[in-house]
Amino acid sequence: MGKIVLNRVNKSFGDVAVIPGIDLEIENGEFVVFVGPSGCGKSTLLRLIAGLEDTSSGRIEIDGKDATTLPPAKRGLAMVFQSYALYPHMSVKKNIGFPLKMAGMDAAEAEKRIANAARILNLTNYLDRRPGQLSGGQRQRVAIGRAIVREPAAFLFDEPLSNLDAALRVSMRQEITELHQTLKTTMIYVTHDQVEAMTMADKIVVLNAGNIEQVGSPLELYHRPANLFVAGFIGSPKMNLIDGAEAMKHNATTIGIRPEHLDVRADGPWQGIVGLAEHLGSDTFLKVTVEGLGTLTVRATGEVSLRHGDRIGLSPQLERLHRFGADGKALA
Amino acid sequence: MSTHSSRFAARLMVAPSVALLLIWMIVPLVMTIYYSFRLYRLVSPDRTGWTGFTNYTWFFKSSDFWLAMGNTLALVGGVLAITVVLGIAIALLIDQPVKGQGVLRILVIAPFFVMPPVAASILENLFMHPQNGLFAAVSIYFGSDPILYMQDYPMWSVIGIVSWEWLPFATLILLTSLQSMSSEQLEAAEMDGASALSRFRYIILPHMMRAITVVILIQTIFLLGIFGEIFTTTQGGPGSASTTLPYLIFKQAIVAKDIGRAAAGGIIAVVLANIVAIFLMRGIGKHLDA
Ligand SMILES: Nc1ncnc2c1ncn2[C@@H]1O[C@H](COP(=O)(O)OP(=O)(O)OP(=O)(O)O)[C@@H](O)[C@H]1O
Ligand SMILES: [Mg+2]
Repeated sequence: MGKIVLNRVNKSFGDVAVIPGIDLEIENGEFVVFVGPSGCGKSTLLRLIAGLEDTSSGRIEIDGKDATTLPPAKRGLAMVFQSYALYPHMSVKKNIGFPLKMAGMDAAEAEKRIANAARILNLTNYLDRRPGQLSGGQRQRVAIGRAIVREPAAFLFDEPLSNLDAALRVSMRQEITELHQTLKTTMIYVTHDQVEAMTMADKIVVLNAGNIEQVGSPLELYHRPANLFVAGFIGSPKMNLIDGAEAMKHNATTIGIRPEHLDVRADGPWQGIVGLAEHLGSDTFLKVTVEGLGTLTVRATGEVSLRHGDRIGLSPQLERLHRFGADGKALA
Repeated sequence: MSTHSSRFAARLMVAPSVALLLIWMIVPLVMTIYYSFRLYRLVSPDRTGWTGFTNYTWFFKSSDFWLAMGNTLALVGGVLAITVVLGIAIALLIDQPVKGQGVLRILVIAPFFVMPPVAASILENLFMHPQNGLFAAVSIYFGSDPILYMQDYPMWSVIGIVSWEWLPFATLILLTSLQSMSSEQLEAAEMDGASALSRFRYIILPHMMRAITVVILIQTIFLLGIFGEIFTTTQGGPGSASTTLPYLIFKQAIVAKDIGRAAAGGIIAVVLANIVAIFLMRGIGKHLDA
């Protein structure tokens, strides 16, 4: 149904290679998340798959068929845009029904599908409204509704939740995840929000400057980052990266330890001074300056009564230590 | 900004200009109405006395008047149709990324800055002239006789000339609207399987509807009063074939020197303009609401 294969896909704007060459396989039914810093080419890659941009070279296969030069409409994919891109002069019902109308589907069948989509997305009471009369979350649902009525081979989402407030983002995140479980259709989801990536994805693709740094399940990326970039990018707060003499002790150029894997113990091997303590209630984030290592972030569970200027000892959980070689790649 | 006192202050402050505008408008209107019921011929010594509705009935009984009405509506309708359709087409074309886009756009806008009588003279003498005109040269090249535009197709010629003048205005407004079209909406429509034609029909055209309405309303106001182009080219002829309502009024006032009758014509024109305005606002005014 919705297997997508990218083979040496390259995209250049003028002589700037935004995407130098990407190989990627997306299995049918998978929820794949593209993450990466701003400007790394996530949207471009998604638009290449959608057919809204032409590839400069390489091959895109959808369902085993070459789709490299197919126009967007022929690829059987549906896209949800960051700005929703609803048609402002059409009612919600017409918006959702637009792809069906374009496909020339008969009115009765279209009606049924629209009603079904509206039911799934809780839009039944809003069908006669214009997009301008809806809230952000409702608009987002209309955009999703417009995508699902066509029963596409795969859904493409480009940062669909970035215009919503924090609370709504959490609930829409769950709705999209549930939608994926109901429909079991391939979904490709672009975001720069870690939490979205970690909670929603079956498979995360970490992009950097148009290249894939690592592909894997959320926990794989968390536990076994393949290189320094992924180590620093996945996880919040960021992993502490230490080089120099301390790293040499572990036979590595750089070592990494996540804030949650540093224990506060008076007799810990790393002695330091607390700079900043952020009390979140459930956790406390400490910035600890350790002689020779720099400033480390520590995540202590619960309320910790440490304050600025306190002297503490830190003890890394050695089995959780990540080691990286001179080329930035993880060492076995 | 909409407390009771601020609204009152706002009204107080605009009051002088509103009053001035009202006087500006009312005085000439009342004077015209006054003259339209008077016997007032410049060539006869008899310039006094009320004539009742005779100045008005003269128009309704005259076949020239009905011809002029038809011509006025044909001019407005024809120019609107041509400028809106071609305006959309040209706007779509020059919205495409091409080399020299800036220069191209200025060229398209240029005719709008030519004064109406000059524009009419250019079209008449350089394009439509049976001996010197470009169109004549083209006809002769293809082995046919030059078309006598001003003689055989006077109304079409006037419509053509006026369209040439107003096309840039329509194009400019429509282009601006086209440029505010969200590209994501178009891409979404493309993903939804809409062909180029469907995208135009269902996405672009509805988006441009407000601009089209503005073009129609503004142009109608100006087109109802077109005079200079007719005066410099056909002079309303041959016969009365290209006489419009303003031109007919001009003929009564300046040629026949009958001020009373011309005033009555003016009032009829005002009424006609208002009827047209009501129909327009009923028909397309809703597109102006956000
Ligand atoms: N039409 C274009 N012409 C030239 N360069 C472009 C074009 N579109 C994108 N780029 C460049 O390609 C790079 C990747 O852009 P892209 O929009 O894919 O980034 P992104 O990963 O989606 O970033 P963000 O998270 O900010 O949305 C950027 O450096 C951008 O400047
Ligand atoms: Mg983007």
